Amino acid sequence: MSNATYSFRPWNVGRFVLWSLFAIVLLVAPKLFTSSLAMTMLTQMGIAIIVCLSYNMLLGQGGMLSFGHAVYSGLGSFAAIHTLNKVGAGEWALPVMLIPIVGGIAGLLVAALLGAVSTKKSGNTFAMITLGVGELVWSMSLMLPEFFGGEGGISSNRVVGQPFLGITFGPQTEVYYLIAAYCFICTVLMFAFTQTPLGRMLNAVRDNPERVEFIGYDTQRVRYFAFMIAGFFAGIAGGLYAVNFEIVTAEVVGAQRSGAYLLFTFLGGSLFFFGPIIGAVLMVLASVLLSELSKAWLLYLGLVFLLMVMYAPGGIASLLMMNMRVAAYGFLRRLWTSYLALAGTALTVLTAVALIVEMVYHIKLNEALGPVMTFAGVSVDTQGRDAWVGAALLLATGVGLFELSRREFVRQWGRIQEDIEAEIQRREGL
Amino acid sequence: METFFVFFLNGISYGLLLFMLSSGLTLIFSMMGVLNFAHTSFYMMGAYFAHALTGVIGFFPALVIAPLLVGALGAAFERYSLRKVHVYGHVPELLVTFGLSYVVLEVVRLVWGPANVDYRVPEALSGPLFTLANIKGQGLSWLAGAGDAAICAPAAGNSCTQFPMYRGFMALVALFMLGSLWLLLTRTRIGLIIQAALTHPDTTQALGHNVPRVMMGVFGGGCALAGLAGVIGGNAFVTEPNMAASVGAIIFVVVVVGGMGSLAGAFLASLLIGLIQTFAVVIDVSPVSVLQSLGTTVSFEHWAYPLLKISVSQMAPILPYLLLVLILIFRPKGLLGTREE
Repeated sequence: MSNATYSFRPWNVGRFVLWSLFAIVLLVAPKLFTSSLAMTMLTQMGIAIIVCLSYNMLLGQGGMLSFGHAVYSGLGSFAAIHTLNKVGAGEWALPVMLIPIVGGIAGLLVAALLGAVSTKKSGNTFAMITLGVGELVWSMSLMLPEFFGGEGGISSNRVVGQPFLGITFGPQTEVYYLIAAYCFICTVLMFAFTQTPLGRMLNAVRDNPERVEFIGYDTQRVRYFAFMIAGFFAGIAGGLYAVNFEIVTAEVVGAQRSGAYLLFTFLGGSLFFFGPIIGAVLMVLASVLLSELSKAWLLYLGLVFLLMVMYAPGGIASLLMMNMRVAAYGFLRRLWTSYLALAGTALTVLTAVALIVEMVYHIKLNEALGPVMTFAGVSVDTQGRDAWVGAALLLATGVGLFELSRREFVRQWGRIQEDIEAEIQRREGL
Repeated sequence: METFFVFFLNGISYGLLLFMLSSGLTLIFSMMGVLNFAHTSFYMMGAYFAHALTGVIGFFPALVIAPLLVGALGAAFERYSLRKVHVYGHVPELLVTFGLSYVVLEVVRLVWGPANVDYRVPEALSGPLFTLANIKGQGLSWLAGAGDAAICAPAAGNSCTQFPMYRGFMALVALFMLGSLWLLLTRTRIGLIIQAALTHPDTTQALGHNVPRVMMGVFGGGCALAGLAGVIGGNAFVTEPNMAASVGAIIFVVVVVGGMGSLAGAFLASLLIGLIQTFAVVIDVSPVSVLQSLGTTVSFEHWAYPLLKISVSQMAPILPYLLLVLILIFRPKGLLGTREE
């Protein structure tokens, strides 16, 4: 079909700048954070970004809540590690840098097979089916130790085959850059997907499936295609996981990992394309740093998640964007006192809650170490009454003050939104 | 034959337990459109509360009080959290219950520790209810209690199978509870209001009934059912932090296989899965052994050997999920479901 009219699209400077920044961050990050811990975390973040973005293709763009996304990334990992072993044994000849693609193809095939069943339904039923399919694969992994490696998993060695331009993938830096390259390309591809007709139809299927059926599209097929594409990218992430860790155990297909993808994609923000990137960074930070800091980190995570669903269902990304809007109209400076009050009182509540939780944990788990524990550099006697009464008082004060400042904030926020509306109308009138 | 019968009864009692869980889930789902991901967390809470209360007030008072506590917690969750999310749609509703399941799991770990707790069947209900004896030359006969020691002694050469009293108690409680639930829903005024709020919420509201409060009650009631299932299931199986996750996926399978929102379908599917899981554990047949009895031997080196050597008993954990996949292929709306989508 030829277009008779000429349409002019201006060069989207903002978008160009953002993507360049993303590429630069990926390139420069290992130069800034050079410790080996930072290096491992950066590589994991790269992998997590791909898998969370692919998950958001289902959750955010398709409205499909999946409890079994780890199946596709996990089976991609297994396909990749078996391929790596074949290459290492000299049976197959494949450069190591293409092995993630093998994972991607495996993810695509598995998604094509299982997605045919899962995407028959949408909404709640889809969620339940994905949970069942996830359990199916997880139980299978325990029954087939030949493929899944049983308890010990499957290990491999990534330094195999002919080095390409002197890159052997021995040092962690080289692996990081491989992952960063994949991360960038996959992010670009997934963003491009949102701009394709299929990507747009997927949004339509999410918002109004009945109407999509009326204009002649098969909603199930749209969901199925999106599911396969998401499986492909999840598989690539799984392949990178295999190359990075050189060991894959059955837990990569487990429900816990699927739950983590869901949780952090949502926390990052499923309504915006870049939300899952924030979520992925948080996922690695939480699972590496927070889990070191406290044994109760899953409890904090669950509470944060609950509050997020209740008060900000768009995740961190939507909070950012809402404040960007306020800032764009120049109203942000009216809010800073409220933010300060909110942050201060929230910190008080957090400290009190954390103190109580940590004291309970200490009593339950570390009884042998005596009743005294250190909390934020202060030693606390968990048997004495002082600590408990203090924590309870702190909690009550914090909650009360937080509620006061929250009400004030809501009032101000509403006023600002009205002002913005008025400003928009004024500009339209000009 | 006598083992078959006892296994059948075991399967039925397990199926009834599953139905106690899935009925609450189905009620909440068909009434509020909310898929309660934390449903089995309430089941777990029931078990832990009963464990804690048994030490203080004994098992039978705990059987009543623990579900009431769980129901109150469920109602509070509906009132202060779920209702707030309702305006955002069904996916956030599911997510908020998902978040709750994390929190409950961690709180249980925090309070009772990561290992399983010692929650036992009460003294009065332990021991066998009856014994089925296959006596040589006489066939099957029923024996009350543990059976006659002379008949069941290994030397006598008769085979005896015992049916535990607690299993019978489980089935009895489940049947009693389901009967009263059915009567409540169909024969009382409260049940009428619930049914009306289910199909025509706006009209019910216009007639002066507080529909949000009815919903809170239904959510709390569904959670109390799960709690009761936890009280009687927790000591029959194991009371540990993993118990919610391990039964959760199966409950979802039951609801999908039975047909979304269909109580009768959930009943059928619960019994079906209860029986399948109980019987599969004892069938030690694999494709390799079948082929062998047909005269074909599969060698160790054959590529499909790892797959073919899996016996039905090893496959038991995945059978519910296989059933789910098969149902979705051949009857997507579920056994007795009416909704297409």
